[in-house]
Amino acid sequence: MLQFLNVFKQYPNGVKALSDISVTIKRGEFVFLVGPSGAGKTTLTRLILREELPTRGQVIFAGKNLARLKGREVPYLRRKIGMVFQDFRLLPQHTVLENVAFAMEVTGAPGREIRRVVPQMLAMVGMEAKRNCLPHQLSGGEQQRVCLARAMVHNPLLLIADEPTGNLDPDTSWEIMKLLADINSKGTTVLMATHAQEIVDRMKRRVIALEMGRMVRDEEGGGYLRAAENG
Amino acid sequence: MRLKTVERHVNEALRSIWRNGWLSVASVVTVAVSLFILGFTTLVVLNVDYLAGNLESGVEMTVFLQNNVTADQTQALNKELQALPGVVSVQFVSKDQALADIKQSMGDRGDLLSGLAEDNPLPDAFRVKTADPATIPALAAQAQHLDGVDQVRYGAGVVEKLLAVTHWLRIGGLLMMVLVGVSAVFLIATTIRVSVHARRYEIGIMKFLGATNWFVRSPFLLEGVGLGFAGSLLAGAAVYLGYVFVVNAAQQALPFLQLMDDPLTLATVVGGILVLGMLIGVLGSLFSLRRYLKV
Repeated sequence: MLQFLNVFKQYPNGVKALSDISVTIKRGEFVFLVGPSGAGKTTLTRLILREELPTRGQVIFAGKNLARLKGREVPYLRRKIGMVFQDFRLLPQHTVLENVAFAMEVTGAPGREIRRVVPQMLAMVGMEAKRNCLPHQLSGGEQQRVCLARAMVHNPLLLIADEPTGNLDPDTSWEIMKLLADINSKGTTVLMATHAQEIVDRMKRRVIALEMGRMVRDEEGGGYLRAAENG
Repeated sequence: MRLKTVERHVNEALRSIWRNGWLSVASVVTVAVSLFILGFTTLVVLNVDYLAGNLESGVEMTVFLQNNVTADQTQALNKELQALPGVVSVQFVSKDQALADIKQSMGDRGDLLSGLAEDNPLPDAFRVKTADPATIPALAAQAQHLDGVDQVRYGAGVVEKLLAVTHWLRIGGLLMMVLVGVSAVFLIATTIRVSVHARRYEIGIMKFLGATNWFVRSPFLLEGVGLGFAGSLLAGAAVYLGYVFVVNAAQQALPFLQLMDDPLTLATVVGGILVLGMLIGVLGSLFSLRRYLKV
């Protein structure tokens, strides 16, 4: 479903963000992307969203070479990808309900469809009761649930979570991880960039490790660190 | 596009205009001033052209006859004038005809002259058209010596001088309009840039949610068009009311000066102002969106 073929990325300012990345992610997988800050995790997600084009090599998503995508096709690519961020990125002046509905409004979805789908998504993340709250009235964990609901309205092929637990305490983090696992079990591919060693170690999923823009490890059921380092 | 989407774009645009406050006001006023100059200049130029058409032009002279000239002599004079070199046409204007013309040109106050019908002081005349204005002085001298001719008058290039003035007025007005118009475009561009900046967080969210470029741009485009249209409404109203006022005042004070009073022309000028205002708005917002809204 998602394929990187010998991808290099060098930014105009000379920074080499990715070197020779080749990786294939199949439909329905749950993949952790680990590595220190500046290892190239963010660049990788930017290439998938086609915010950037690779300097060399190819990125294939859902059978399409992203480099060949026309500018006006990009929004339709992004509707197949759900995004969750460490800093949530909710609209501060809008309620929970409006924030989730916004994801459908910007694609011109009919009101009937919005009224049908949005409550379903809020129920899925357990936020129906707080649908009229503003983001600042919610805890971090609750805000992240709203983000998950928003990311899922288009039933995306791929959910990219960029440090989704970065601002959350351990207990709340596990609640979010449980939701992500649920979403994954219903067929959505999940790619999660993270620094949370404990989560990666306990989830026992596929781990892709980046360092200095190179892929140094791709291990099924691996831990945050190499097996040897883990002891 | 769905009605609800359109409604959303319009609401966003109005909210932005309101939030930008004085910047919006400045944009509207600049557009209004630029279009008012354009409308005003256009009407002045049209009027001068119109007046010029009513005056003796440089290729025309009027030959006034003495009071005691007989019909036969008039016939003979007609032939003699036509025989002069360079004459294109000769038209006889009787004293009655001349009085009627003057009456008409005075409009409502024409009745002041009604007492003159009994004892018309105006002379009979010939209106002589020539091919070349340069030959007029010589022709006038020749006509002066014909039998029965009292006086010869010609425009001495008044019309040409008038048209030269409108030529410069046209250039000057256009230049001012373009200068103010360009600043209007840039003020709108600045306003839109501020709007884009104020909403960059929301724009970022819209982009990763898969909003199309036009969905993101539309509210800003509408904001620009709205500002331009508001400015053009002001200018249109000022030009329309101002012109109606000037025409009325002129009719009161200077009845012999016939200003153009044609509703269709006025409507065309005002309509043009409205269209141009929206065009300025579109130009300004596109300018900003190209630079500050990479999607």
